[in-house]
Amino acid sequence: MQYFDGSSRTVLVTDIETHMPDGRLIVSRTDPDGIITHVNDSFVDMSGFSREELIGQPHYILRHPDMPAVAFKGLWQTLLEEGKKWHGYVKNLRKDGGFYWVYATVIANVRNDQVVGFTSVRRKPSRRKVKEAEALYESLQ
Amino acid sequence: MTYNFTVSPDFNPSYLSGWFIFNTWLQRKTGEAFHLDLYDDFDLQRKAIAEDKFDLIYANPYDASVLVREKGFVPIACPAGKSDEAVIVVAADYEIDTVEGLSAGLRITATKDPDVNMMCMIMLEPADLGRQNTTTQHRDTYVLLAKDLVRGEADVGFFLEETYNKLSRIVKSQLKPLVQSQIQVINHVLLLGPALQHRQAGIQQALLDMVTTPAGQSLLESLSFTAWDKVESEDTEFMIDLMDTLET
Repeated sequence: MQYFDGSSRTVLVTDIETHMPDGRLIVSRTDPDGIITHVNDSFVDMSGFSREELIGQPHYILRHPDMPAVAFKGLWQTLLEEGKKWHGYVKNLRKDGGFYWVYATVIANVRNDQVVGFTSVRRKPSRRKVKEAEALYESLQ
Repeated sequence: MTYNFTVSPDFNPSYLSGWFIFNTWLQRKTGEAFHLDLYDDFDLQRKAIAEDKFDLIYANPYDASVLVREKGFVPIACPAGKSDEAVIVVAADYEIDTVEGLSAGLRITATKDPDVNMMCMIMLEPADLGRQNTTTQHRDTYVLLAKDLVRGEADVGFFLEETYNKLSRIVKSQLKPLVQSQIQVINHVLLLGPALQHRQAGIQQALLDMVTTPAGQSLLESLSFTAWDKVESEDTEFMIDLMDTLET
């Protein structure tokens, strides 16, 4: 996979889906450069990575190759230029190559008028929304 | 000068006397006069908050957001190991056992507890349910929600987990939890208003030391706490960011 910062890596991809358990929220926080600084237990469980493997890594470690770049295009514009929260349906990549769908919301953490990081919360989407997102992202590839 | 202290209306009524004992302890520790003003109505308390009536508040995460960002309150402590979780409850004989089995037209019974209602609405999303295709009736107490469910006057009830767990065995035998949140990072917090911030260090230390004496432990028990944890501003800012993220 190629990432926006020029880096790349080879990823294993399987068709095995892990469903988010009811009632769980995946929470993470990054610094202004998108480097993970905090994850909750649900994040660790769903991603398949250990906490130690996640902290200090770029958040795009979870990006699934089925997610078109254009799907994230509005994220930075919404967060930084418009100062609003971004949300969307996202297919995430697990460490073992499987995937999980989430409804993600991202907000900029503003302290003294400075963006000091980003908080992201991912929750369980309905299957109807997942199907719609799958069709949309396929058409954008 | 008398300082005014209040507690989020979602406290369990069985801890009512605990909060009065806490208020007395606070006065003895600080040498200041505190008046404890308790509410059973979120709207009335919010109106009083808007009128700057309080100097010390044990706030739910939703109100903490307004108090810190708009009213200049600072967080000093939170109960150790205690996070706010919500549970969606149905009658014991309700035929549906999963969130995804619920459908449009769902009748919800809920208090006006803002974070519980927000968490529970989020837990309904996998069934494509939201404000647009459900109806909600608001009740003053959690016991009334249980009655609505048992009488079949609502399909689901939104409970604070701790309050649901404290319902009597007889009431709980007529109900069943459908889904429970595991958010882990949202909690109530004790906040100091601007007029009291010159006492911040002393009050905070007294709270942290409470667990070190038998009398303090007994008082903590009367609030169902094991200890107070120190809270830094950034901890609460993080929680507020999280609440902002969750709000639709």
